[in-house]
Amino acid sequence: MAQSNSLWNRFKANQVFWPLVALGLIMLFNALFTPNFFRLEIKEGHLFGSLIDILNRGAPLMILAVGMTMVIATEGVDLSVGAVAAISAAVATVLINPALGQQLIASDKLVENVTATPLPVVILAALFVATLCGVWNGMLVSRGNIQPMVATLVLMVAGRGIAQLITGGQIITVYYTPYFVIGNGYLAGVPFALFIVAGVSLAAWLLTRKTAIGMFVESVGINVRSSFYSGVNEKNIKLLVYTFCGFCAGIAGLIVSSNVKSADANNAGLGFELDAILAVVIGGTLMTGGRFSLLASIIGALVIQSMTTTMYAIGVPAMAAQAVKAVVVMAVILLYSEQFRSVVGRVFGRRKEVRS
Amino acid sequence: MTRTFKIDRKFVPMLATIGLFAAGYLLGAIQYPGMRSPQTFFNLFIDNAFLLIASTGLTLVIISGGIDLSVGAVIALTSVAAAHLMEKVGLSSLLVIPLMLLMGAAFGGLMGGIIHYFKVQPFIVTLAGMFFARGMSFFISLDAITITDPFYRTLSLARIHLIGKSFVSVHVIVALVVLAVAMYLAHLTRFGRTIYAMGGNEQSARLMGLNVGRTKVQVYMLSGFCSALAGLVFSNNLLSGHGLYANGLEMEAIAAVIIGGTLLTGGVGYVFGTLFGVLVNGLIQVLIIFNGELSSWWTRIVIGLLTLVFIVVQSAFSSWKKRQTGIRPARKKAASAADTSPG
Repeated sequence: MAQSNSLWNRFKANQVFWPLVALGLIMLFNALFTPNFFRLEIKEGHLFGSLIDILNRGAPLMILAVGMTMVIATEGVDLSVGAVAAISAAVATVLINPALGQQLIASDKLVENVTATPLPVVILAALFVATLCGVWNGMLVSRGNIQPMVATLVLMVAGRGIAQLITGGQIITVYYTPYFVIGNGYLAGVPFALFIVAGVSLAAWLLTRKTAIGMFVESVGINVRSSFYSGVNEKNIKLLVYTFCGFCAGIAGLIVSSNVKSADANNAGLGFELDAILAVVIGGTLMTGGRFSLLASIIGALVIQSMTTTMYAIGVPAMAAQAVKAVVVMAVILLYSEQFRSVVGRVFGRRKEVRS
Repeated sequence: MTRTFKIDRKFVPMLATIGLFAAGYLLGAIQYPGMRSPQTFFNLFIDNAFLLIASTGLTLVIISGGIDLSVGAVIALTSVAAAHLMEKVGLSSLLVIPLMLLMGAAFGGLMGGIIHYFKVQPFIVTLAGMFFARGMSFFISLDAITITDPFYRTLSLARIHLIGKSFVSVHVIVALVVLAVAMYLAHLTRFGRTIYAMGGNEQSARLMGLNVGRTKVQVYMLSGFCSALAGLVFSNNLLSGHGLYANGLEMEAIAAVIIGGTLLTGGVGYVFGTLFGVLVNGLIQVLIIFNGELSSWWTRIVIGLLTLVFIVVQSAFSSWKKRQTGIRPARKKAASAADTSPG
């Protein structure tokens, strides 16, 4: 009994607990109010259903959340992920069909199922440019000593302009089918994007938990100065996390553009930065840096995505759904606030709960 | 260094922006005859009146060490709510205008309250506020609503004639009044001094006995009020309301505040500088339009680069100041590392 109790307490103290509760509540809501929400079907050898849809649609957000978690853990924030995703999408689509940027009229040449550049090169180039954007942010923050929010704001404002520069201001539509696999394809009946999520998460987990880097990241987030005096190269740690975040944004951009089969410099990855930050916050990683959990952030991303999908399912207009999302997110954040807990505790006359 | 030089330094970022604006405008006027007409100059104010109002409120928030990301969304919400109340409910605009301002102030005050009493970061709270306001505007109406209220229309078309044939709209007067009031509040009242003190060091401000909590709620309330007013100006300008209006305006406003010489870390900055931050933003757009060959997306790139330049200069400036005031750590590296505190 005591054993299971301590196991429960340990689970409750884990960072994953509250995000899971939030996810559970949304699922419960769906179980009660959305018909066929949990139905899984196999059509043409692929899994179909709302749950798979949430996972598939949430893939870019989950990847972004992984990158953003590490940035936020160093007491930073990356506002440019949406713009970087747009740049990555623009680079990829322009490489697939360079003529598209210049021409508006769809001739037969344009809708051919061919690519001007081999697909691996396309993907590598897009990821390279995105990583470069991450390096830029990292250099500004670590070497330029600029506040992260301000430093990444620059790329957020200029990034979409750069993406438009690459696409020539056009919405580039892709007709090269192998490219669609990234965001629309299936492998063994499961959306291909989920394998990318798994790969990125695994890589990030190995990097942070199987090497000392994770600890360095947390130490930088808790106290930059003492980390420096303890011999942690805080500049390179910061550079690393922003670079990784840029890389993640690049992957997210590829998935999104592959999913919608086009690249729109204005709208690709719009609002990504906010969703990614909220996912991390719901995951319980504090904006003030320090302890982080990649898994909790991924669950946080799923919370946001399932909330969005749920609202579409019950017929709330896409744009209006934001308001509900904001209220739920605010509620979750208030639950994390010590002050709010103590106020609530006082109101209900309960002893203030002390959690480490 | 002489004393006069030191006094100048305080104003350097703002003077740089004013110089930049003047130089940019002069170069434009030499290049393009169209820009020599006074009306082009006044159009800068007419087109950017709402941005100026929103940025003015935002400047005070940023000086106090906070941030308000909800400005664009509140503008959209105000425009839709005002249009809905006038057109669908049939209220008079004379009633709707104060109602909207009240709503903006209440919304800002609510966010400020959450920020202060529950110690949630301003960034997060106003981010949620932004989502909420945008979402609510679509709950009110999915489509754009055209405003036909007679008084609102008169206000929109009213022109105040200045020298020659040039004119400004009522919006410009409103914006300049807001700017003047904000300057008065910032520099000549206890409220303003508390804002600067809070932005410099909140802990010290509290220990000095300043009412930090009340001021914080007030400053967000003021920003919400300004955003609502900007929303009214925006909808009055277009005579319609829609939830997609002023999308991404918060970033434009923040850029204008930074270019105006205000430090995002708080405690340093001038409301007057923001005026020129907004004007520089407008000038870049005008220059790109007059050029005719450059595409509109260059605006974003130039604004981004300008913001970067100002940030880098300010960062160098503040580390210089730190060395002047004698905070000398063992190694410069560690001090600069410790500087990167959150906003």
